[in-house]
Amino acid sequence: MLELIVISTLNGVLFGMLLFLMASGLTVIFSMLGVLNFAHASFYMLGAFFGFQISRWLGFWPALVIAPLLAGAIGAGVERYGLRRVHKNGHVAELLFTFGLAFVIEDVVQIIWGKSPVDFRIPPLLDFPAFTIFSTNYPAYKMFMLLVSIAIFVGLLIVVKKTRIGLIVQAALTHPHMVGHLGHNVGRVFMLVFGVGTALAAVAGVIAGPALVTQSNMAGLLGPILFVVVVVGGLGSLPGAFVASLLIGLLQTFAVSMNGSLAGAFGPLSPAYASTWLADIWGVTIAQIAPIMPYLLLVLILAFRPMGLLGTRDT
Amino acid sequence: MSEIASTAAPPLPATTEKLRFYGTWVIAAIALLLLPQIFGSGSSLTTFSLIGISIIFSLSYNILLGQTGMLSFGHAVYYGLGGFLAVHAINIIGANKLPLPLPIIPLIGGLSGLTFAALLGWVSTQRSGTAFAMISLGVAELIASSALILRSFFGGEAGVSANRTKLLKLFGWNFGPQIQIYYLVAAWTLIAVIAMYALTRTPLGRMCNAVRDNPERVQFVGYNPHIVRYLAFCFSGFFAGIAGSLAAINFEIANSAYLGAEQSGTVLFATYIGGIGFFIGPIVGAIFVTLLSLGLSDLTQVWQLYFGLIFIAVVLFAPGGITGLLMMHRPLLKAGTLPKVLPSYLVALVPTLAMIAGLILAIETIVHYTVNPGDDPHIKAFGVNFDAASPYIWATSVILLIGGFLVARRTWTWVGHAWDSASSAARETGIAA
Repeated sequence: MLELIVISTLNGVLFGMLLFLMASGLTVIFSMLGVLNFAHASFYMLGAFFGFQISRWLGFWPALVIAPLLAGAIGAGVERYGLRRVHKNGHVAELLFTFGLAFVIEDVVQIIWGKSPVDFRIPPLLDFPAFTIFSTNYPAYKMFMLLVSIAIFVGLLIVVKKTRIGLIVQAALTHPHMVGHLGHNVGRVFMLVFGVGTALAAVAGVIAGPALVTQSNMAGLLGPILFVVVVVGGLGSLPGAFVASLLIGLLQTFAVSMNGSLAGAFGPLSPAYASTWLADIWGVTIAQIAPIMPYLLLVLILAFRPMGLLGTRDT
Repeated sequence: MSEIASTAAPPLPATTEKLRFYGTWVIAAIALLLLPQIFGSGSSLTTFSLIGISIIFSLSYNILLGQTGMLSFGHAVYYGLGGFLAVHAINIIGANKLPLPLPIIPLIGGLSGLTFAALLGWVSTQRSGTAFAMISLGVAELIASSALILRSFFGGEAGVSANRTKLLKLFGWNFGPQIQIYYLVAAWTLIAVIAMYALTRTPLGRMCNAVRDNPERVQFVGYNPHIVRYLAFCFSGFFAGIAGSLAAINFEIANSAYLGAEQSGTVLFATYIGGIGFFIGPIVGAIFVTLLSLGLSDLTQVWQLYFGLIFIAVVLFAPGGITGLLMMHRPLLKAGTLPKVLPSYLVALVPTLAMIAGLILAIETIVHYTVNPGDDPHIKAFGVNFDAASPYIWATSVILLIGGFLVARRTWTWVGHAWDSASSAARETGIAA
């Protein structure tokens, strides 16, 4: 039992940090441009596939640097030539633009790399067990993932809180016109933030690609969870996104490792239920409902605390 | 004061207007009756049925997006649940020999869509905008994932099937052949379209538009925007349920794909491409998208990519959709200044088409090398044969793409100038552009 808790906590924190790498970009882009980037998870997928392709040509380490830069450049281009153009048509058009973009990116990835998973492997340098805990070998690569995401988290925090660029970005979040009047190119700040945000998602893609499955449906699987994170944390709140990422990471990992069901707990009391149409609800295990846990959390949060955990605004 | 009153309540329509209004519906009904006489083959009847279903579904979606300003990413939930309930209803009625004919079934589907919309909508309609969009997405994922867990109701991966011919016969019709299904779908489409049009003319429909444009002011007038959104959501769920049950009747099966993200995406595409600003927009979009998805899938392997590109192009360049684009020209047509713009269109059309042709050529060549690299390079796309391995083809596609883009950009600015002068000329004649 203790083993389960320790391992699940480690995995949960890891998944949570990965989620936060993406959710941080998403939530900053949202607070700045007012648009929820539907294609954010697609940049995570692009990162994974670019990482796979470049690591084939040049090796994993160059890929870790080049793939996010490439994805970030594409992201900046999308902001400059796509989003800025639809901005005048309102938020719905912006959201729809990113929705269409996500659709197109998925199709392009399917065309180039196919529908089946690609063979993206852990680099040999990190392919060993880091430590053994309760007779379970914990892979070094997962520790590496954890370290990279924590390093980026800390770096981001320093940049936003302590540097001049961070200051301008923070100011542009709330008072874009004033920042413009002070002589800063707000358009370029927006483009930069969008590029960095998508690059962060791509970093998550490169480091998650070998550990999870690199496949053309990975954006579709992760995207909705990402939105849950952002909404549960509170739209536009970076600390909220952090808390929600860890919460959902832990929730999903713990749920997957549990086997209990209503039938297991109360079955002996009323065995008759197992034969009725309620059998599904009666017999389903917690592990089986793990995929819907984030959405249940979303509905609960919206019912009881509509602005999200740490959010301040109600829309 | 009397002036305000007269603008608030428009005068009763003249007889000619009434005639025109009711005439449109009568003509639509006659057209639906006669359509199978002209295109009687099995495949075209199936296509018509699919279009009818899509029209109801898209119009129900536009109650949310176009009329109340709520962007939903999970509208297929009510479509799918309507479909599942309809299939179960057919099975139960068939097994118990209840005296209910098949044409009643869509009502059951609609009512189940209404019930689920009423249950799920209360929380999600509290806010509009991005929050509503995200909630709808979350709810859709919740239901779609649950569909694979609750196997006895949703039938797991395979879905639930039904036999539509086992029900009570009506006028000797057993609804086996596609022609009878076509008439069933056509009748329900006409009813649903009229009902949804009528809904836009009610005070509720007007309040929906007000909530879309300025919810704060709606509160000052004394309405609760949440209630208005909730009612619109319920109506929308009702009609989506009708569409879903018609689809279930048409295919005699309901599976988890009915509820999924792809179905929600398709209805969003259809509605937006058609145009959300006009009542007829989603109808145009449903026809266009259904024909496009059926037609393109014959012409090319990667039709979904083209579909996505068309959608992005509409969002970028024609936010009003197809109908919005056409309706833009109405003031020019009335003022008679349309001929000023047309030549510039023709000029812009040539490089634009060249650019599109280059893009298609490039995409098809790339597809050949990535999807089926071992095959014969002489491929056929959009009915045109060409050699994907030939460097001439590559050069042609690059020249068409880049050259077309550069020239098209210039011609479109010219179109803009022509448009400006034509619309200002129209304004001078007194017709508001």
